[in-house]
Amino acid sequence: MSRNPLIREVPPTSWYFRHPLYLRYMSREITSIFIGAYCVLLVVGLQRLAAGPAAWEGFVTALQSPASIVFQFLCLVAAFYHAATWFNATQKAMPLQIGEDFVPGNVISGAHYAAWAVLSVVVLFFTGVF
Amino acid sequence: MKERLVQLEVLRYNPDTDTEARFQRYEVTCAEEWVVLDALNKVKADIDPTLNYRWSCHMAVCGSCGMMINGEPKLSCHTFLRDYEGVIRVEPLVHFPVERDLVTAPDDFMEKLKRVKPYIIPKEKKPISEGEYKQTPAQLMKFRQYSMCINCMLCYAACPEYGLTPHFIGPAALTLAHRYNQDSRDGGRKERQEVVATHEGVWECTFVGACSESARRTSTPRAPCSR
Ligand code: SF4
Ligand code: FES
Repeated sequence: MSRNPLIREVPPTSWYFRHPLYLRYMSREITSIFIGAYCVLLVVGLQRLAAGPAAWEGFVTALQSPASIVFQFLCLVAAFYHAATWFNATQKAMPLQIGEDFVPGNVISGAHYAAWAVLSVVVLFFTGVF
Repeated sequence: MKERLVQLEVLRYNPDTDTEARFQRYEVTCAEEWVVLDALNKVKADIDPTLNYRWSCHMAVCGSCGMMINGEPKLSCHTFLRDYEGVIRVEPLVHFPVERDLVTAPDDFMEKLKRVKPYIIPKEKKPISEGEYKQTPAQLMKFRQYSMCINCMLCYAACPEYGLTPHFIGPAALTLAHRYNQDSRDGGRKERQEVVATHEGVWECTFVGACSESARRTSTPRAPCSR
């Protein structure tokens, strides 16, 4: 018997439409663009701050424009999604064994969510929100 | 016995005559509680003896009956007909060359499994007279969940990274390497790292997580990758 195997090609750009799971993965990857863009914004803010009070005032005013608020809101949503998907994955990525048993996955994820909440409160406290 | 009329659309490829694969439609009467593999067996027995596919245990143990069922990698002996409506599309596992009909060539997978040295490499050799290598239940639990692989290759079919970058060592091989690295009797981590911690190894994993979804009942490949 001769072998003549058939190779079925994977579509190099549209593969992520083949399964909802791949789409979910891609949507998470896309959140990184927003997070990256927000980091750039922070760097620009620092640079403006270094350039003097007038430059800083201008930056703060620009931040308050409707387009900027929409952008920041989108970044916030993306950051939430990015963080939540990672926290849910920590169940598998960071298994914790105590004695013979593994700590249940939702405890591990839960601890991450709790730490997130606490740190957020701390940050908000230092920025003077309360 | 409750019956169910099942329509299957099966990918056919004959290496001796075909240059392309094509779908063939079969209609078979099945029992309500049958799995996809039962339907294929019925087709082979009653309608078309030329249909080729692999199976052995019919109980999700041997890992030979993996195929794409409506686009998802599944063990056909573990996939119930009653969970599907309409035509069920059955294809060979993607990302592997098709040998004939639903039979794929596992050569690449086998070669990759071998490369991670999936056996205990003792820290130091000791003569048999010194007795066995002992292990506590806690030490066993540390790797047990990674030792359940049945080599069904579903995770390779699920992994888009493997599909796009065939040199990627892949989920099951990484899991297997991790299984031995975590074993208290083993001292081979460094040797395995040469394969695992390279570009073709764990860093090629982009964390899609599809391997774990495909493999819920067996080991959880994603865990070792992400560590
Ligand atoms: S890791 Fe799971 S899905 Fe992958 S080959 Fe092993 S048993 Fe199959
Ligand atoms: S026939 Fe053995 S796993 Fe399905």
